[in-house]
Amino acid sequence: MQKIEAVNDFVVKFANINGSGSASANELFARAILRMGVPVSPRNIFPSNIQGLPTWFEVRVTEHGYLGRRGGVDMMVTMNPQTWDQDVREIDPGGYLFYDSSKPVPRARFRDDIHVIGMPVTEICNNAYTDSRERQLLKNIIYIGALTQLLEIDPAEIEKLFGEQYKGKEKLFDANVQALNLGRDYAQQHLKRIALKVERRDAVGDKVFVDGNSAAALGCVYGGATVCAWYPITPSSSVAEAFIRYTQKLRVDPATGQHRYAIVQAEDELASIGMVVGAGWNGARSFTATSGPGISLMTEFIGLAYFAEIPAVLINVQRGGPSTGMPTRTQQADVLACAYASHGDTRHVLLFPEDPYECFEMSAQALDLAERLQTPIFVMSDLDIGMNQRLCRPFAWDESREYDRGKVMTRDALDAGTDFGRYLDVDGDGIPYRTYPGTHPTKGGYFTRGSTKNAYAGYSEAGADYVYNMQRLLRKFETAKSLVPLPVLTAAKFPARFAAIFYGSTSPAMHEALDALAEQGIYINALRIRAFPFQNEIADFIAAHSKVFVLEQNLDGQLTTLLINEAGVSPASLIRVLHYDGTPITARFITQEIAERVSRINVRPLREGMVA
Amino acid sequence: MTYLAKPTLHHPSLTKNRVGFTRRDYEGKISTLCAGCGHDSISAAIIQACWELDIEPHRVAKLSGIGCSSKTPDYFLGNSHGFNTVHGRMPSVLTGAYLANRELIYLGVSGDGDSASIGLGQFAHVMRRGVNMTYIVENNGVYGLTKGQFSATADKGSKSKRGQVNNDAPLDLVTLALVMGATFVGRGFSGDKTQLVPLIKAALAHQGAAVIDVLSPCLAFNNHTGSTKSYDYVREHNEAVNRLDFWPQREEITAEYGEGEVTEVRQHDGSVVRLRKLHADYDPTDRIRAMSYIQEHAARGEVVTGLLYLDVDSADLHEQLGTVDAPLNTLGAAELCPGLAALEKINASLR
Repeated sequence: MQKIEAVNDFVVKFANINGSGSASANELFARAILRMGVPVSPRNIFPSNIQGLPTWFEVRVTEHGYLGRRGGVDMMVTMNPQTWDQDVREIDPGGYLFYDSSKPVPRARFRDDIHVIGMPVTEICNNAYTDSRERQLLKNIIYIGALTQLLEIDPAEIEKLFGEQYKGKEKLFDANVQALNLGRDYAQQHLKRIALKVERRDAVGDKVFVDGNSAAALGCVYGGATVCAWYPITPSSSVAEAFIRYTQKLRVDPATGQHRYAIVQAEDELASIGMVVGAGWNGARSFTATSGPGISLMTEFIGLAYFAEIPAVLINVQRGGPSTGMPTRTQQADVLACAYASHGDTRHVLLFPEDPYECFEMSAQALDLAERLQTPIFVMSDLDIGMNQRLCRPFAWDESREYDRGKVMTRDALDAGTDFGRYLDVDGDGIPYRTYPGTHPTKGGYFTRGSTKNAYAGYSEAGADYVYNMQRLLRKFETAKSLVPLPVLTAAKFPARFAAIFYGSTSPAMHEALDALAEQGIYINALRIRAFPFQNEIADFIAAHSKVFVLEQNLDGQLTTLLINEAGVSPASLIRVLHYDGTPITARFITQEIAERVSRINVRPLREGMVA
Repeated sequence: MTYLAKPTLHHPSLTKNRVGFTRRDYEGKISTLCAGCGHDSISAAIIQACWELDIEPHRVAKLSGIGCSSKTPDYFLGNSHGFNTVHGRMPSVLTGAYLANRELIYLGVSGDGDSASIGLGQFAHVMRRGVNMTYIVENNGVYGLTKGQFSATADKGSKSKRGQVNNDAPLDLVTLALVMGATFVGRGFSGDKTQLVPLIKAALAHQGAAVIDVLSPCLAFNNHTGSTKSYDYVREHNEAVNRLDFWPQREEITAEYGEGEVTEVRQHDGSVVRLRKLHADYDPTDRIRAMSYIQEHAARGEVVTGLLYLDVDSADLHEQLGTVDAPLNTLGAAELCPGLAALEKINASLR
């Protein structure tokens, strides 16, 4: 029988029952490998449930640092009889099935082309422990112990992690080490070595291992957000929760114990965005975190903030829609909803982070952009980045960086007789000056409204005033192009006539796919879009290639639509490559889809000097 | 409404208050509401209250929702910042504004459609949180701007101008505010300025969520026989439980009162509210009793007005959140950015 052999390059998937404490045990497994200097990329595939439903945890071990989901499973650890059949089916031929053999499983439910490793995990656990909670939690540690033995993971790394986790809790530490050794000892005595192996490397460097939602929250702390209003919604809740955690540590006045922040859990998303808009209107940096259904509820306010020109930051951790959709699955399906949120003619600035590092950076930057442009800014994260820990560059901050508070007219300027028109384009960039409420006893006050107005914020239903304002908003959107992050080009090794455009969480799978395609002789220039509005570089890039694949994690090809609408790109040159089943896009999927399409197109002769 | 522009020159003999402003300095643009609209009387009462309280006009932020009532902030305090927000969502915007700068005075203006129909949720929640504000509902039981549909405060059995009868139970904002935890609750009538002005003054001085439900008849759509929100009906059924005198903390109390006819309540900021009892058995510091009193009278078709509830130990949201004294919108990178060393520590903890 074939046997999958791999060192530092394989996928282990754990099938567990939600609420059994498995996630932290599985995370421990991933971290131990990381501590051995080998990059890992874990993904928690969980149900919308607190206890009882099936849940999976996938750990990709990847010396190359390919952090996207690869596709396929080399070793399945089944701890949930409910999903046995589907789990067994998922294993690649020649792969391994690790299962709890405490109860006999009929022969017919195995496969002939996989290697089966049975261990009576429950039996060992029940013999060692009597307390039911102890049994439930330590059972997870027992199988992790066995796996460390099978895969040659250094148990000292796990013990170190226990030490960090249970600092000052000797009893817990001892119990966990004991359970780990129970598993190790059994595996050593009864189980055969397998051909998957972890070897110590130095491939992690100074990278950090963190989830995108924590990173976004930290970005808001560093970016100077003082007001956070939110409503719990998966997968975004942990943004606000992390903001609470970080501000409690980093934003408390040391002398008085008072808080340099205000966080309100609102009654719904209408209220959370309303509070953000109110705070932004009054000169505080404010943000909310939400997901698709929240965006739907917020759209009226988003339109008001756009038209009344009020800074606001929305961190949208996207999930599957429409409607309630798939709250625990990932998609990039809110691109159009956010780009054009609201009735009337609106356009919004979107930022697309690829990983937690960019969640941090772009959240901080969004707060600057919101005040500079006086408009809502969307950070378009998703569940894959937001709720999974990802290895990424360490967070960086330039100590000399000042916050860009945008065009704010001061009391002194008003006293000096400066003409103040709240919606007057004085600099030609479409961005007017604003005053904070309470600035001056007699000057600079104005009435903010979503309905029609003239350049001096006076009520006006005159067509000319309306047109002036809308044209100015268009100019402002042009200005935004020069402020938002530029796209990032990954050029092929050889001249290529094919190109690919991708964004957000597709990034790691895409980079891996580009390598795989190059190995097959398919060279592709790839551009990662990091923001909307689209800069001219994007249209130029598309024009320079005969065919451009646009990789998206939604059904409609939403970014493609936006490119056609907003970048003047010919639809004929764009080929949608779409992945939308709710799981993160994989390198295998991208490679296969592009290779297939390229071979179809290549039936026509190639121009000389071009390789595809 | 009038089409005559207001002269910008003020007569030198106009009286100035302690902060150097005349009453005219508290006015705004000319109202575009119908002539005789109750809402304009409320605007006048707000102007009077702010002038008498010596509030610098620009220290007030006016926020409103959508509707006739929500247009009015354009017609008073013309030098203040105002925000005509989203229908029914003014409370959240006001909350956010108040979080950003705790030093300004926040005045929310809304209507019965805005607060009791589309915005009922936000009305309730803003009371729960103890946002430091004065929330005035200009209540006429009818949608004016869309021409006469019933709102949620219309009484069951009351008739529309076109003769339709309202079959839905009415929503009482005063009772709801009491249930939700508002710490200052009053009800007034746009036709009774002597009652309304001191109510507004006391509410502005109150630290916490203050709400005043002001019955404000709509001349165009809800002032006919069969309406329970008309001038005539409200006058006939108005049961004022007390008369109020308001004394800011710095002022000596000069009025003379007879023995036993006055209750004195001192608010957080030191200001004093003196209540002349009109109903001997009404105690505005007893929340539970206030609710049943209002309900008992409502069942008899009577509209109880006056200062209905006052919690002298009120706390506002900033106190509960433990926010710094300085307005959050004045903090800069030095106070807000934890810096590189802290970030490197965080990085180290994530390896």
